[in-house]
Amino acid sequence: MLTDQEIRERITEVISEEFELEPSRLVPEATLYDDLGLDSLDAVDMVVAMEKSFGVKLANEEAIKAVRTMDDLCRLIINLKK
Amino acid sequence: MTVNRVVITGRGAVSPLGIGAAKLIEGVWQGRSGVKIMDEWRQIKGMRAVTAAPVPEVDAKSLLPRAMRRTMGDMAIHAALAAREAVEDAGLSADLLGSGRVGAAIGSTTGSPEAYESFYEKFLAERSIEELKSGFFFKIMSHSCAANVCLALGITGEQWSPASACSSSAQALGLGYILIKSGRQDVVLCGGADEVHHSVTMVFDVLKAASRNHELPLTTPRPFDINRDGVVCGGGAGILVLESLESAKARSADILGEILGFGHINDCSHIANPHTDSMSAAMGAALREAGVAGKEIDYVNAHATGTLQGDIAEAGAIIRTVGNKVPVSSFKGHIGHTLGAAGALETIIMLEIMRRQEVIPTLHLENPDPQCGGIALPREIVPRKIETMIKNNFALGGVNTSLVFRRWH
Repeated sequence: MLTDQEIRERITEVISEEFELEPSRLVPEATLYDDLGLDSLDAVDMVVAMEKSFGVKLANEEAIKAVRTMDDLCRLIINLKK
Repeated sequence: MTVNRVVITGRGAVSPLGIGAAKLIEGVWQGRSGVKIMDEWRQIKGMRAVTAAPVPEVDAKSLLPRAMRRTMGDMAIHAALAAREAVEDAGLSADLLGSGRVGAAIGSTTGSPEAYESFYEKFLAERSIEELKSGFFFKIMSHSCAANVCLALGITGEQWSPASACSSSAQALGLGYILIKSGRQDVVLCGGADEVHHSVTMVFDVLKAASRNHELPLTTPRPFDINRDGVVCGGGAGILVLESLESAKARSADILGEILGFGHINDCSHIANPHTDSMSAAMGAALREAGVAGKEIDYVNAHATGTLQGDIAEAGAIIRTVGNKVPVSSFKGHIGHTLGAAGALETIIMLEIMRRQEVIPTLHLENPDPQCGGIALPREIVPRKIETMIKNNFALGGVNTSLVFRRWH
């Protein structure tokens, strides 16, 4: 069982690799669209990457749409893993 | 209707001989071939043709940002790199590219076969799209190269993507010529791309039109030779900047040549077999539009892929339209048959032939086939005064194209 901190670290790793972003930019308050420059296509790939890495299903589209920051994403995955 | 003169002001290439037009030209003048054995194809049941001319590995990550690469298969990556080189060569500004007066006509046989295969490999095994990434469709769509190039370069004019296999980029050049001639666009990036992939070569293998000569050192394909045994598929992308003479002069652009005529004839006699009448009709139409007599042609760049039937049919068409004294050669021995890229990559070599005033021979041609009707086939680099040239590209499905070019003074 991963700790919350381990999940956060893994998410940083996956997002960094998937979107070729420096891990140092992936701070909790970083917004996915404005700060990190991701867009609607990237959002699709982000869901795929999370599902693959954590073995979860991100089926709740409203919850995904509500994700604005790295912290939001981490909380979503942490909750799903519980 | 406006009738503009159409000139060429830029070129860009990604070919089996390397990245950039300079690598292509250098390789051709050195008489090098990009053909190699594809050992992994030997594992495919029934596959007997295992040579190809692939593009050397490209470090796309260092050359294109992720946001562009995510929707590009190899062919679109190659097209984008070639287009960027062509735009730099022509000196087109970002303002002009985004003015709406610049368009793109970039074709390919299909979208990326590698992307198709990687999707279906998983889909057919698991009947699942759960791990499907957003970029998939943009890699396989038929206008993948044109769309990705427009996005990468900020082109806001007309976007076209002729898809006619082996004549895709010749059609693109013809289309760009028509768009500029008619005044719809001032500049059009024209060309095409295709990937080396077993699913492409196997098409020719099934039709018994692919070379099965795997003897080392490789001397295949060998167009017009009595021992030719078929096509070797190649990959890459070629892009030319076509521009109205008025626009080129206004920008003080270097002019590499002029397009005088485009012949484009459909052949209804057979979906696969080459047809001398249709080939010569295409050449004749290009010459008529150019206002050039056959005897004025100084060099013929043949489509000649090294198939038994195709080379004979084309030689007959060449004799009929320009006679048997004009030097003829094919570049398929150097770069293989680059399919959707062939028309554009070969035109880039032709422009250099015109610049250097030297005819390049057909690589690997040793014993000309008497059935090729005694056309003039140089065996070494020959100095020659070259003012006017004609080039052929033909495709399965009945497409026959010819373009006439003239040197710019």
